[in-house]
Parts: sequence; structure tokens; C-alpha cells
Amino acid sequence: MDRARTGWGSLPKGEGRISGGFDDLMGAAVHANDQSWAALWRRHQRRWAPVLFLAPGVLYFLVYVVLPIGQSMAISLYEWDGIGEKTFIGFANYVELFDDYAFYTSLWNNVLWLVFYMLAVPAGLFVALFLNQTVFGIRLVKSLFFFPFVISQVVVGLIFAWFYDPSFGLLALLMESVGLEPIAVLADDRYVTFGIILAGLWPQTAYCMILYLTGLAAVDTEQIEAGRLDGAKGWRMLWYVVLPQLRPATFIAVVVTVIGALRSFDLVSIMTDGGPYGSSRVLAFYMYEQALSEYGFRMGYGAAIAVILFLIMMVYIAGFLISMHRAEREAR
Amino acid sequence: MFPAPIQRAGRPAQIAYKVALPVSLVLWLIPLIAVMVTSIRSHGDIVAGNYWGWPTDVHLFENYSAVFLTSSIGQFIFNSFMVTLPTVFGAVALSCLTGFALAVYRFRSNTLIFMMFVAGNFVPFQILMVPVRDLTLSLGLYDTKLGLVMFHVAFQTGFCTLFMRNFIKALPKELIESARVEGVSELRIFWFIVLPLVRPAIAALAVLVFTFIWNDYFWATVLVQGNHAMPVTAGLYSLNGQWIAAWHLVSAGSIVAALPPVLMFFLLQRHFIAGLTLGAVK
Repeated sequence: MDRARTGWGSLPKGEGRISGGFDDLMGAAVHANDQSWAALWRRHQRRWAPVLFLAPGVLYFLVYVVLPIGQSMAISLYEWDGIGEKTFIGFANYVELFDDYAFYTSLWNNVLWLVFYMLAVPAGLFVALFLNQTVFGIRLVKSLFFFPFVISQVVVGLIFAWFYDPSFGLLALLMESVGLEPIAVLADDRYVTFGIILAGLWPQTAYCMILYLTGLAAVDTEQIEAGRLDGAKGWRMLWYVVLPQLRPATFIAVVVTVIGALRSFDLVSIMTDGGPYGSSRVLAFYMYEQALSEYGFRMGYGAAIAVILFLIMMVYIAGFLISMHRAEREAR
Repeated sequence: MFPAPIQRAGRPAQIAYKVALPVSLVLWLIPLIAVMVTSIRSHGDIVAGNYWGWPTDVHLFENYSAVFLTSSIGQFIFNSFMVTLPTVFGAVALSCLTGFALAVYRFRSNTLIFMMFVAGNFVPFQILMVPVRDLTLSLGLYDTKLGLVMFHVAFQTGFCTLFMRNFIKALPKELIESARVEGVSELRIFWFIVLPLVRPAIAALAVLVFTFIWNDYFWATVLVQGNHAMPVTAGLYSLNGQWIAAWHLVSAGSIVAALPPVLMFFLLQRHFIAGLTLGAVK
């Protein structure tokens, strides 16, 4: 605020003196017409303009996004079916979570998601390096490689569920052709989560690829050529010259992949509905199941799961905010 | 350029690359190609177990018309448009305002408000689910397209503000400064100077938000129940339950559902990619 005021004071001083004089104030008070409002606005607009510009967006965002976070935290302390009376039960929902086998399964699957979904980052880099050439038709090839990201996860899930089908899926056919017994990936609790993650890796790799392709386009050619003169090539060049320059791309790729892994819901819901016997649940899905599905309207318990998921996510969000803030400071 | 341009490599390497390119592309897109081919298979092929071979008959028209005539997919598509387009408009409009304010003015809570938008954008949906559903119910908007739009606009404003603020911040400061010296009011600066300059950002956000919202599945299941308001993602999933083993119809339906964002992407590719990189890699 202070800066804005001094900034205003230093610029149009002359004008300020004329319109802000004593006579003028008296005149405004006597006439009390809308011209004085206009004058008032003109004098203070640098202070009030940000308020006006921000108000709709901020208020709206507060109501629909920020406040619900607090409300969810509050609801997690209640027993509530979503319709009737709420009963305050303190931390009982969280205590229950500690003994909930399904919760641990979901948590563990989220860890698997976090670890294996990360493969999208190196895979995306690999594809980007492969496509970073100037040959005929390469632009079309790049956009076709990006395709999986544009289509809905519902469609991706349906396609992969079909691919994994033990009786007629492509995977089963391939395994039979080499003499193996087909695996029912989505019906086997040992493989199901990996099967879903693989489906998720398809669009996510495309996303990381596009981030790296834009990054590679901005890589400093002189440094590369200088590196070549010094005899660097292949892996060494990639590691010591190119990757450091790709750091912004890597950063965004890691951020969106972590967020994607923790948000995984669509694919689980579409491909297995959490099954078999709940073994492919993730926190996001388990929360939905507890709070809204036919298994019961346990809003409080669901909210408690959501709070845990939020706290895990918050670690990453805080990291992102801190590094973004630092980057802005340096830029200034 | 890295890796070294293939033109500098030997002839065998060049040929190998030119072969590897289409082969890898086909392998990468096999799932999609399979769906496209299956969407023109006949029912007989499906029954006979011909899922991966070439279709014996081309049933392009039969399958696609069957999808539209025997299901509500037309309604779903319409709903998706009626949810997506207002959301794009609302979120982009709001973020032009917020992004301008956060980029141009220095005031104490600036960073805090900006961080709120950024952080909110990454929050897991589940922590919002119960309260937003309640809010939507109490506004009488549960199971309506407007209810979905209301939430989507709010949530996307977070992402759009992040993008818009960074974009406006990168504009030359002198433009605004000199306009102020000339006595141009803040509102006019926004409308006549900044807004025309952020057109590329508006385009980028529009395509991106369109794709995000079109492909949203979670909120469509949380805030909507009936066919009259259901977007095509949730609709397709429920049709999948009806069309048991009718994979030619599921495939055709999937293609129809995926088409609008795909077209959007192809038409406005450059903007799309600019948006995806969050403006961080230029």
C-alpha cells in the first residue's frame, strides 16, 4: 500500500495540487455531484484499482476453493451422513484411519503411483530427444506423439482396460503368441496398480515430452557447439551441458507429475472401480468411495482421508511455492 | 541443437532414423489406432473375436449413427459444450482482471494473494468435494450444468491467474508508465493497452481450459446425476456399462467424445503448448 501511495504522490503532483486544493474540496462538498466522485476516483484510483480488479476473482476463489479446505477439515471431526445432524466426535475419524486396512492399501498405492509415475519424466525426455530433429513431417509427428494427453482419461482408461482383457486383449494375444499364460492384469491384486499406472504413463509421458521439446528449443546453441569443440558428446553432453539448461522444464515436469500421481482418480474409477477387492484404491478414490458411493455416505470419514491427502500434497505445494518465490526474487 | 542434427550423421543412421520415426509413432499410437479401427468394425467381427485384425466390413456409418441414435451421447456432447464454453469465458475473464491487478500494482498482500491462487490450483479435488457439493446443493444447483460451471470457473481462475499474471508481468513496463503520465485512467489502461496485448495468453488459456474441463470426470460424477446435465466423460462411462461387450460402439463413442479437444488442439497447437508450459519455459 505504502509504495503505491508514494508512487502516486511522486508522479502527477501538479495535478494533485490543483484538484486537491481547499477550494476544490469545498466546491465538491457544496455541489456533491458525481463530478466529485470522478475526481475522487481519479485521485485514489491507483489505490483502489487493484481492489476492484481483484475483488470478483478473489471472493469467488475464496468461496469455492479456499474456504472448502477449512470446511473439510472441520467436517473431518464429525460423524455425518451428508443429510442429517452432524455429531462431533473429535479425532475419532483419524483414529479409525489408523486401524483401517483399506486406508493403508490406498496410501501404499499412492506411494507406488508417486514412484512409478515419475518414469514419465525420463521417458518424456527420451522421446523429446528422439524427436528433436528437423526432418520432413516432424511437426506432425510431434503433435501426434502428444495426442494421448489431449484425450480424456476416461477414454484412456477404457482403451487400456480393453488392452488388458485376459480373453481378447492385445496383451493376452501377445503373451499367448510367445507361449505364456495370459495374465488378467486388472483382476490380479499383484499387478492391478501397475497396470493402471502404465495406462497413466501414456498421457503423462506425452506431457513431459512436450515440456522438454519446448525446453530443448530454447537450449543455447553456442554452449552446445562449445561443448562439442571440447569433445563432449552423448551422455556427457546431455548430463553436463543440456540437462542444466533444461532445469525449468524438469521442474515443471516433476511438479505436474507429482500432482498427477496424487490426484489419480479417473483411471482407477474407470478401469477397476478400486478392485479387485479394493486393492487398486488410491486415497483420492477411497475418499470418494467413503463419502459418496453406494457404500455409504460417511462424509466425516471421507473428509478425514481428504485431509491426509491434502497434507501430503501440501508438502509439494509448499516446495513449489518456495522455489517459485525464490526464482522471482532472483529475477528482480 | 541437441542431439546433433541427424543430417550430420552418416547415411545408414539417417535411414535408420527415418524408419524408426514412423514405426515408433505407430507403436505409440497403437491403442488409438485400435480404437479407430474397432469403431468401424461390424458387430459380427466383435462376436467372432476379430478385435485386432483388419475389419471384414467397414461399418463406419452404421456404428456412428447407432451411437447417436441408441444413446444419449448427443445430449452428453451438448452438455459438455454448455459446461465447457461458459467456464472458459468466465475463468479467462476473471483472470484477466486478477492477473492485471497482481502484475501491475505493488501492494502488501500482492504476493500472498498470488500464492493463494497458485496453491489453490494444486489442491487435491477431494478436499473440496464435500463442501462444494453442499454449497452446490444449497444454491439449488446440484445436478445442473450451471452448478458445474460455477465450480469450474472458480477453480480454473487459480491456474489462469498464475498464467495471466506472469504474462502481463513480462510486458514492457514503460507502456503502462507512460500512459499514466499522460493521465490515462487505470481502467482505460487495462482495457485499451493491456487487454489487446494479452490476446495470445487468452488464446492459450482458452484452449487449455477447454481441454481440462471437457475431460473432467471427477466433478461430473460428484455434482451431476441425471442424463440432462451429464457431460460426455461421465456419460461415456455409464454407456460403457450399458454396451457390455459392444466394443465397436464403445470405440465409436470414445472417438466422438475425444474429438472436440483433439480438433481444438490441432487448430490452436501453438497456443496450447505455450499454456501447458505454465509460461515457465518459453
